[in-house]
Amino acid sequence: MTSKRGTLDLLSERAIEALIRLCGISAILFVFGIFFFVFREGAPFLRHLDLGEFLFSKSWIPTSQTVPKYGVGALIVGSLSVTAVAMAIAVPFGLGAAVFISEFCGRKTKETLKIVIELLAAIPSVVWGFVGLSVMSPLLINTFHTPIGVNMLNGALLLALMSVPIMVSIGEDALKAVPDSFREAAIALGATRWQMVYRVLLPASKNGLLAAVLLGVGRAIGETMAVLMATGHSVRIPTSIFDPVRTLTATIAAELGETSKGSDHYQVLFLIGVLLFTITFIVNLTADLVVKGIRKQ
Amino acid sequence: MSTASLAKPQPQEGSPTMAGPPHGITTRDLCLWYAKFQALKNITVRIRHGIITSLIGPSGCGKTTFLRCLNRVNERYGYVTTQGEIQIHGKNIYDADVSLIELRKQVGMVFQRPNPLPISIYENVVFGLRIHNEKKASRSELDAAVEKSLTEVGLWNDLKDRLQARATSLQLEQQQKLCIARLLPLKPDLILMDEPCSSLDVEGTRAIEELMRELRGRYTIVIVTHNMAQARRASDECIFMLLGELVEHSRTEDLFLSPKDSKTADYIEGRYG
Repeated sequence: MTSKRGTLDLLSERAIEALIRLCGISAILFVFGIFFFVFREGAPFLRHLDLGEFLFSKSWIPTSQTVPKYGVGALIVGSLSVTAVAMAIAVPFGLGAAVFISEFCGRKTKETLKIVIELLAAIPSVVWGFVGLSVMSPLLINTFHTPIGVNMLNGALLLALMSVPIMVSIGEDALKAVPDSFREAAIALGATRWQMVYRVLLPASKNGLLAAVLLGVGRAIGETMAVLMATGHSVRIPTSIFDPVRTLTATIAAELGETSKGSDHYQVLFLIGVLLFTITFIVNLTADLVVKGIRKQ
Repeated sequence: MSTASLAKPQPQEGSPTMAGPPHGITTRDLCLWYAKFQALKNITVRIRHGIITSLIGPSGCGKTTFLRCLNRVNERYGYVTTQGEIQIHGKNIYDADVSLIELRKQVGMVFQRPNPLPISIYENVVFGLRIHNEKKASRSELDAAVEKSLTEVGLWNDLKDRLQARATSLQLEQQQKLCIARLLPLKPDLILMDEPCSSLDVEGTRAIEELMRELRGRYTIVIVTHNMAQARRASDECIFMLLGELVEHSRTEDLFLSPKDSKTADYIEGRYG
């Protein structure tokens, strides 16, 4: 009786272990799986694709009956410029908030702020898109007297708001990881709080803060719905932040539903997907290596 | 090195009263609470200027808490309440008009674990000057301060060729000496040491004690120690604390040879602690 019970226990133990192992490696399977399927859909077109023209040409005319053109140069510039402007806004705000939460505010404020910032992260991106269309756009028109309110700045503001939460939480973790003995050392020498932050904490946590910024960048580049709704979605190389732009992500989202499966246009959209995947992969990998760098010290 | 005799404490440059009252630190009815827990009970004590005073007592007796009152770093935690008075050179440091920044410039602190900042050796030593000088100190002034301070703690010959190395890469003993050295450019009157040797080996401990003897006379040194032998070797006067109260304060040799209080006697004989 007891020995039978024993084998049963052993079996279920094995089964659970196998299940947990499967859960553990499933993430790897999914990542490779997604990459494989996206790449498979786009791959056939690679044969008649001029990579230089694909990456650098700014004419994106996929629906032309006579000579369709598949140049994503303007889309790359669109994605990168929106992200850059977004980061110019989000980095000071995000890191500033992280410093405030970690070093300057009391415990109650800290808890409240963290909850509110997490709420900010929980707002669906399509809702951000609404905000862009109905609030930000008239605001921009009235403030800057621009002809159109759905433009690069609008999208960048939304992306900034969306990537601030991740920067705050990762940045705060990085500051929290600085040993308290450094703070005591600085304070006991008579440093003010700002001197302590500026001269001790920022240098000591710079890798973590950089990782926070990079994760924010990753978030911003990959974002689709909000930029689709708020950037104006017009293919061009922008010359000012009030120009409408179109991003890689928004192009896929807007056009994929209208192509026939297996057509050239369809395949090119998948290749754009591969391109995006590569960009975010590089950004995330860099962030990861930077974080590893901190742990080593 | 000029060391002032016990009887004649040397007046400090830059201290508020040049004549110098006979006592470096005077506390009156000092009480401190961590939230509802009373960690210090009516501590009234006079710590003399220019000598080494050690604080001994079992864990949790409040000696570190008392030490951390003297530069008010206890107040970093919001739940600390302090009552009573601490006079340093005749000025109550709990007065409303006292600047914590100036106080901490005058009262340096060395911690239990060496905590050099994660920047270069050079920057560690000049950190105090950089944060306190409104006008930028010139490169040569800073260089001079580094050489002087490191010489004073006996690190200059070992480190002069690698001042740009990260301070956290030094040996623990050197780190602790560096932590003392970085106080000196600010010309403090008072150096507080919270078990400065507890993470050092025998050699390191000996070196720090030697350094304390060198600094004696020019600085008032208050040291918290768990190690009674160290208190006996290294201090001129000794304060025994128990459960937040000051039990006995006298010359070190008197306290160890003929303690007045039976609790002190029990402690130094190792019956508890």
